[in-house]
Amino acid sequence: MWAILSVLVENKPGVLFKVTHLFRSRNFNIDSISVGITDNPNYSRMTITTYGDEKQVEQIVKQLDKMIDTVEVKHLDEHKTVFRELCIFKLKLSNANDSMEINKLANAYGGKVHDVKKDSIMVELTATPDQIKAFEELAKPFGIIDVARTGVAALQRSGA
Amino acid sequence: MDTMTGAKALMTAMEKEGVKQVFGLPGGANLPMYDEFARCDIRHILVRHEQSASHMADGFGRVSRKPGVCFATSGPGATNILTGLATAQADSAPMIAVTGQVPVAMIGKDAFQESDIIGMANPVVKYAFQPRLPGDVPEAVKKGFYIAETGRPGPVLIDVPKDVQQNEAPMDFPEEFKIQGYHPWNDPDIVACEKAIDMLLNSEKPIILAGGGTIISSAFAELQSIAETLMLPVVTTFKGKGAFPENHPLSLGPIGMHGHAEANKMMAEADCVLAIGTRFSDRSVGTFEAFEKRLKIIHLDVDPAEIGKNQTTSVAVVGDVRASLRVMVKLLLQRALKKTEDSLWLKHVKETKEYWKENLKLHPGEMGAAKILRKLRELLPKESVVTTEVGQHQMWASLFYDVIQPGTFFSSTGLGTMGWGFPASIGAKVARPDVPVVDIAGDGSFSMTENSLATAVLEDIPVIVFVLNNSTLGMVAQWQRTFYDRRMIGVDQGGCPDYVKLAESYGAQGIRAQSMDELDKAIKSALSSDVATVIDIPIDPEEDVLPFVAPGTSLSDMILPS
Repeated sequence: MWAILSVLVENKPGVLFKVTHLFRSRNFNIDSISVGITDNPNYSRMTITTYGDEKQVEQIVKQLDKMIDTVEVKHLDEHKTVFRELCIFKLKLSNANDSMEINKLANAYGGKVHDVKKDSIMVELTATPDQIKAFEELAKPFGIIDVARTGVAALQRSGA
Repeated sequence: MDTMTGAKALMTAMEKEGVKQVFGLPGGANLPMYDEFARCDIRHILVRHEQSASHMADGFGRVSRKPGVCFATSGPGATNILTGLATAQADSAPMIAVTGQVPVAMIGKDAFQESDIIGMANPVVKYAFQPRLPGDVPEAVKKGFYIAETGRPGPVLIDVPKDVQQNEAPMDFPEEFKIQGYHPWNDPDIVACEKAIDMLLNSEKPIILAGGGTIISSAFAELQSIAETLMLPVVTTFKGKGAFPENHPLSLGPIGMHGHAEANKMMAEADCVLAIGTRFSDRSVGTFEAFEKRLKIIHLDVDPAEIGKNQTTSVAVVGDVRASLRVMVKLLLQRALKKTEDSLWLKHVKETKEYWKENLKLHPGEMGAAKILRKLRELLPKESVVTTEVGQHQMWASLFYDVIQPGTFFSSTGLGTMGWGFPASIGAKVARPDVPVVDIAGDGSFSMTENSLATAVLEDIPVIVFVLNNSTLGMVAQWQRTFYDRRMIGVDQGGCPDYVKLAESYGAQGIRAQSMDELDKAIKSALSSDVATVIDIPIDPEEDVLPFVAPGTSLSDMILPS
């Protein structure tokens, strides 16, 4: 299963290294990871997405929780969570209509268009990983030059 | 607040933690700390290799249950203790390793004797500190000791850049501190304890499996009380060997790859296990799937991450195992449950034990491993502390050296570090100078850290090294005989060195024992010696350790002596 983990850690050097090292040494997989400071400068929040069966995910949570620099570890229920990822696509412009078509597609996904050049265009998208994947499928025929993704950021809904 | 250097603050903070001695070796980057030995009451015990210093600290920590301390310089000094850190981490031993580091401004410049020891040690320590300012040192020491000895113990590294040692700052030695993400203890879970008792009572073939956590938390009396109240047979893991007196009628000894035949047989037949402070290592349980088949597991552990890691648990009791067992003892008292009659299961267990006592074939020669180790047991006072190296001698010790007094047997069980036992015995002797300390060794392992003889002699730490000498890397040779059609590659030690002469060259006593009579005399001489003694005992290089559960098979599939 795909799991979103929200890990509140002490904001100090080496913590990201320890977390990623834990995944490597315990034979877990990181699908994506994003890190940012919280409103309290003593803490950072890591949002990690991973794959594993229920037992593995439980182990990942326990091993993360065991780390002394982690303050809180939550396995988020994706149905009770707001989670988004920022993604930037650089796409090819080959035909006269491409620019317009891509604009339409970007609008449909709530995206923004940047850096329109003669041969290329960029689309910025903030969406769930599934939506990004769907957009990617539709963008493929134009020709994808490059993709950059931030990894998921997530917070549990209030009252959930 | 007194103003002092970081080095002085480190030593002062360690004195406050009750540190009486440090095992170590000086070098350029830890000299400011070394200079402080001239001005404090902490004893310095010089080693000949930093790895040995770390094993000594480990041995001290396991025996005293307070972190042992080792010092090493930066670069190679620090990398030399990695094996010691990994060994202590694998066996949950409390330890503090203090390394020198190049000055802060030089870090990352590939300076002389610079190593990123924080990065390298990360997976093999419980925690690591690198104070970047002299004023950060006292807190690192305070927290370091707290982390090392609480909860599931482990090694803590404190890496101190040289300028942090040299520079002065006003020093505060805080008594109070908070580590937000560290919760070493859970309160005993009474509901889970109730469930555990019910499950044991409702099982036909219950058994207790005591792991190393039983020894770490000194839960000996509680374990014995539960076993005797419910008349449960007790097996242990190898690390838990001696958690329960091995001469007790309910004791079956260790299970595992080289477990006692009766212990493996009964473990494989049991339908419910009270597993105390164990991580169900592959060496203990064989294949995980076969082990948990038809078995209800009640798992007591201080580390929540161990629950469900290797085995599926029916009842989990998270918390210090001694505290949890105490709750169980109390609940049993309340329920006035006391069994007095052997159940059918216990009768079967006792018959099985009796059968294997009579029928396990032993090496026919005068100097067979069983005879040698039983002789050692016969002559050693029961409070003696024993360490072992890693290999055949270790497994023979497991099979034939009965631990009578709980918590007197220590071995590198998790990492399996050859060369651990001798320096660890030195650390153990420093912790318990009042009892004999013996390293049961093989020639291969002893060769790895034999230069600690210098430490034993010069620092007046008279331990006994009991070398079962087959001039072979015996366990590897056994696997080559068993699985590789007797192609013996890289195992012959060629009769080199002569361990009697080696001992004597360091100023230790060296005795060769080639008969039971000579062995008797040698052990007695070693026990009355005020200098370290090496007893060299030539044995048959073809003797195998049996029973043997081959890797990837289940405990019931033992290879037995033919």
